[in-house]
Amino acid sequence: MSFIRQAREFGYRAIPKRDPNFGANLDTSHGPVLYVEGITVSFDGFKALNDLNLYVDDGELRCIIGPNGAGKTTMMDVITGKTKPDAGTVYFGQQIDLLSLSEHQIARGGIGRKFQKPTVFEPLSVYENLELAIAGDKRVWSTLLKDLTGEQRDRIDEVLHQIGLPKHRHQLAGALSHGQKQWLEIGMLLMQSPRVLLVDEPVAGMTGEEVEHTAQLLTSLEGKHSVIVVEHDMAFVRSIARKVTVLHQGSVLAEGTMDQVQNNPKVVEVYLGE
Amino acid sequence: MLMQRLLLSDRGGMVVLGIIAVATLLIPILNLAVPPDSPFYVSNYMVALLGKFLCFALLALSVDLIWGYAGILSLGHGAFFALGGYAMGMHLMRQIGDRGVYGHPELMDFMVVMNWESLPWYWQGFDMFWFAMLMVLLVPGLLALVFGFLAFRSRVTGVYFAIITQALTYALMLAFFRNEMGFGGNNGLNDFKEILGFSISAKGTRVGLFVTSAVMLILAYMACRYIVTSRMGRVILSIRDAESRTRFSGYKVESYKLWLFVFSSMLAAIAGALYVPQVGIINPGEFSPLNSIEMVIWVAAGGRGTLFGAIVGAFSVNYAKTFFTSWSPEAWLFILGGLFVLVTLLLPNGLVGLFNRFRRKLKHELPEEEEKADDESELKSGGNQ
Repeated sequence: MSFIRQAREFGYRAIPKRDPNFGANLDTSHGPVLYVEGITVSFDGFKALNDLNLYVDDGELRCIIGPNGAGKTTMMDVITGKTKPDAGTVYFGQQIDLLSLSEHQIARGGIGRKFQKPTVFEPLSVYENLELAIAGDKRVWSTLLKDLTGEQRDRIDEVLHQIGLPKHRHQLAGALSHGQKQWLEIGMLLMQSPRVLLVDEPVAGMTGEEVEHTAQLLTSLEGKHSVIVVEHDMAFVRSIARKVTVLHQGSVLAEGTMDQVQNNPKVVEVYLGE
Repeated sequence: MLMQRLLLSDRGGMVVLGIIAVATLLIPILNLAVPPDSPFYVSNYMVALLGKFLCFALLALSVDLIWGYAGILSLGHGAFFALGGYAMGMHLMRQIGDRGVYGHPELMDFMVVMNWESLPWYWQGFDMFWFAMLMVLLVPGLLALVFGFLAFRSRVTGVYFAIITQALTYALMLAFFRNEMGFGGNNGLNDFKEILGFSISAKGTRVGLFVTSAVMLILAYMACRYIVTSRMGRVILSIRDAESRTRFSGYKVESYKLWLFVFSSMLAAIAGALYVPQVGIINPGEFSPLNSIEMVIWVAAGGRGTLFGAIVGAFSVNYAKTFFTSWSPEAWLFILGGLFVLVTLLLPNGLVGLFNRFRRKLKHELPEEEEKADDESELKSGGNQ
């Protein structure tokens, strides 16, 4: 049914939906990698998202800010398949309808998500955490019978260096500091080789030095991946953001550079102006 | 390489398997070749008892795999155990032939009593040993597949899953109590004569069943080790500790749970199939919800999430049961309940955890590396409910 609708809309150009790694050959010829259009989600009458529209370009680093209850986390839930909206569409590239896919399919297809609370697998080592997240065949039998290839091991080493934890390779993730756990989780996203990373409050609870390190890490990803960062820390947002989207009561209030947004009277009223 | 992965990194498991292997070699000799008046003689009663315990240990292993590693608390594993037992029992019944009380060449005694004319369709084929063994695996496996598919797909977890598995085993118990089901109703299946041509009550057969149970336990242990040390094992641990993180890492959590649940149900079924010829009877009481709870207590008492802890738990709790029921049968349930409370409050890592703590106290200055390995194994066996 949805396949037919999709085929009609896009004139039979639809790529086979079953290709698990559909993010790799995504059609982004029109610019955006992610199209979120007219999304409405209500919980018991309360509209967490209200006709939300958001376009994210390929390789862009985008910050999303907004007061509590603005719908930031719900938006991530919708994109990653955790919550199905009441109305609207979410397209990945021009052809992949994310609303028709489940969480693990979306994750395999190239959208990685970091949770607000750092969620790493504590009883496993740093290396094993990255190993788990690695892009590849994630079906039961293959994880039971096959070991990693040399190429995949190299990739783990590469990411270990990227997130600055090569010395902690064999340490249990549960024994890492809060900041290190956050980086490990970002590393786990990178292991998935995602086109889009959704990062929820990456610097909450970090020390100044850790914040700086995180900012470097995220800006280094720009260009290679699209990164969407939800954050409360204004100084941090200012230090990394090219383009900022302000959410308020479930829809976009303003969009632009940090300066534009900060000088927008509507934004000042609801968010920045105390 | 593979041996290293399965055994050498698992000292506790090696000790437990070593003891079982030695016992499997010695006990047959001490039972068959030593005269009964010798102090080294192992009685027939003891062989039967230990054989039973081996089956329970296999059953505990299956519970630990699913509960200790994947965090799925199944309070219905007794159902898979009993179904495996019934499949074996049906084969043994067919082997009776015309030696039943009523001497019917094909029908069981209870079918003759109910005036049945012919063998029901689901009793066909069980005269063949291979077919019966296939059914031992397939029937419980299929039930686990369908049941697990529905439960995991609807994301039923935790206490809700535990409750519906209890309901499953309870429903099966009620069904098997009915005479019209054709499984002997209340009395179940008993009066077995022989297995694979050997008299079921012969000394040699008993010892053979004991050895088979031990070998199956060791093989099953290796298979479980293989699973938990594979990448899949680490995915399963992640599901236990952070299910949604695993899902957003691109794993189809339901498939992993389902695979493991089916595998675990088959292990339980094998345990049941080995149990029935050794005790000589299978009746609907085996489906009793209480049984399923008891096996969870074995695992908790032994130390969950370690595999060998399940074996230790099954042996020690059942030995205690044998001891206390001969002392005062009514007291056992209270002791069992007390044990569960005690273990939950004081010994979250069971006997294995207690032993580890003792050992660390004794050797206060462990080499640093070893200490780290201990912490690691403890953390791995921990995890949330």
